[in-house]
Amino acid sequence: MESIIDILQYIVQNLINAAQRGSFYAVISIGYSMVYGVLMLFNFAHGDIFMVGTYIGFGIATLFLAIFAGLLPGPLIFLSTVVVTMFLASWIGVLVEVAGYRPLREAPRASAAITGLMIGIIFETGILILLGAKRLSFPPLMESVTYHIGGVYFTNVKAMIIILSLLLMLALHGFIQKTKWGMAMRAMSYDFLAVPLMGVSINIIAPLTFAVGAGLASVAGILYGQAYPILDPYMGVIIGWKAFVAAILGGRGSIKGAALAGYLLGFIEIFVATIFPSTLRDLIAYSIILVILTFRPRGFFGMEHSTKLRL
Amino acid sequence: MRKIALFLIAVLALAMVFTPAAFSARKTIIKIGINAPLTGDIPKVGEGSKYAAMLWLEDVEKAGGLEVGGKKYQVELVIEDNESKAESAVKANTKMITQDDVLAIIGPQSSKQAVPAGEVANKYKTVMISPWSTNPNTTMDRPYVFRGCFLDPFQGPVVANFITEEFGFTKAAVLYDVASDYPKGLAEVFKAAWEKKHGPDSIVAYESFTTKDTDFSSQLTKIVKSGAQVLFTPQYYNEVPLIVSQAKDLGWTGPIVGSDSWGSAETVELCGKNCYGLFFSSHYAAAGAKGATKAFIDRYEKSYGYIPDDVAALTWDALKLAEQAIQDAGKISGRVNKDRAAVRDALAKIKNFAGITGNMTFTEEGDPIKCAVIVRINDKGEYEFYKSSCP
Repeated sequence: MESIIDILQYIVQNLINAAQRGSFYAVISIGYSMVYGVLMLFNFAHGDIFMVGTYIGFGIATLFLAIFAGLLPGPLIFLSTVVVTMFLASWIGVLVEVAGYRPLREAPRASAAITGLMIGIIFETGILILLGAKRLSFPPLMESVTYHIGGVYFTNVKAMIIILSLLLMLALHGFIQKTKWGMAMRAMSYDFLAVPLMGVSINIIAPLTFAVGAGLASVAGILYGQAYPILDPYMGVIIGWKAFVAAILGGRGSIKGAALAGYLLGFIEIFVATIFPSTLRDLIAYSIILVILTFRPRGFFGMEHSTKLRL
Repeated sequence: MRKIALFLIAVLALAMVFTPAAFSARKTIIKIGINAPLTGDIPKVGEGSKYAAMLWLEDVEKAGGLEVGGKKYQVELVIEDNESKAESAVKANTKMITQDDVLAIIGPQSSKQAVPAGEVANKYKTVMISPWSTNPNTTMDRPYVFRGCFLDPFQGPVVANFITEEFGFTKAAVLYDVASDYPKGLAEVFKAAWEKKHGPDSIVAYESFTTKDTDFSSQLTKIVKSGAQVLFTPQYYNEVPLIVSQAKDLGWTGPIVGSDSWGSAETVELCGKNCYGLFFSSHYAAAGAKGATKAFIDRYEKSYGYIPDDVAALTWDALKLAEQAIQDAGKISGRVNKDRAAVRDALAKIKNFAGITGNMTFTEEGDPIKCAVIVRINDKGEYEFYKSSCP
């Protein structure tokens, strides 16, 4: 690495790598944050909902490719896969809320956390029993083209992942800020007790929140399948933990914070591995986050919760 | 309620008394344990081991049992899943030795499980043959532990020599999983061998990751910029496709070379065209095999629908070795501790055993002396014999 141009190329290349990685953390961590905002609990099954979403996406993609390949243009197949998968996966979110968390709404928070972990294990072993331990390979929904501009390499898949993730988050922002449902969610996260008195049913808002989170996670799963096309029943565990860290770092309940922290996490991971030996990546990356949390225990945009009256 | 519970317990207790296991003490059955990763990171490896063992059992049953000292004994396989985890492999070995009274254990396959599981087998003085584990620690100072394959200290230099002769390169990069015994050990051996050949700075990038990572972009960016001419990555089939495709996306154009862990039947299935034309070192090559090797391949493909990988072939050889050792032991006394010791002694004495993956004679450590082959993934996605390298 002699000249300044080389170093610049190197930095830009890693920025692109980090933007892709960060997109996954961001989109998944939003699901954690939204549920926390509304119900004040962390849905620890979220990483495995992401995994189930990826498997559903795999099924739909395989099906659509078998039926429509050659008949419809690639981007259309891709879009319809995303829409159908999102719809199906959001019902997984609803199911988790109704069967798993609703009976425990009055129970101590620890019970709900444990339930989340159990649901995760049920999903993992369920997929294992249903599909076997064999690895599946996610079919490419678009042909990968590598661009080489000024010493920096990126593919159309990478660009699509980054752009689509940003669009998704913008759409979510619009949904939360502009629609009545979004307003109900915001109100619910502001005051859990008063809002039902205004005629907003928590039994509608809570499953809706889970559905949106699961839908987002399933799209992240399709994109993940394009970037890292090997599926595995335990693939949601580590990425789930990391997205959870991002949700904490961004501030519990803050969607903006979760997205930002997700990207930050991607950048820290990639750049730590670039500067230091890659063996130390997680050690250094998560030490940095620990230091940040020491100084900002509520994360970037966390609200003060202690004064609020909760169940 | 309480009566029902008591009744159920009584029924269960009776059922336990009358299970076949309770009778086996009277009629001697030879039990062979299989410790394989049926689930977890490398399930295809477990499947191959299980299928090979089932073919072997089929042969034994067809012959009416295993003949030892003029008497035929019934054979039973005890197949345990080690979930490709070290602790589960240890648990499986302990269970098979102390509860199932197995005479010998075949497996575990990968070194991550075989190294700790070998400790247990040796402690309980039970023969264990790992068909596929190439890490030296598996058999080191363990008289009861053997293996069916060559060692990494042999494989590393084979790969280094091959790259040097084939391409004439002098600068290499390595990418490996630091949290797994096999890739870590082999990466170190390769680095030492390469540096001995090309000088101390000839490994220009030596990058690692941890198990379950899926994103290697920062490591691969470093490797691409380092000026390396070849990338050596001794990883398993679930990581190879990710590494190969991400390297290509980041502008890597040189060859990527692997080790025997690439030899799974699923590598090409998951990797597709990206892996065509790549090389790896292995124990045998299915395309173009002859004689007994071909007979095994054909029979396996007929039964299970795909060409067996090296794990299946090595498991077959390990079972054949165990079979011969049991027969050489002369007689089965029924006292399992005594029989295990006899089998161990017979196994250590086997010379020039003709296996389908090559001839074997064990060293003092229980490691066979045998050849390695360099396999090329051809344009049809088959594993083609390219070169052979003997010690």
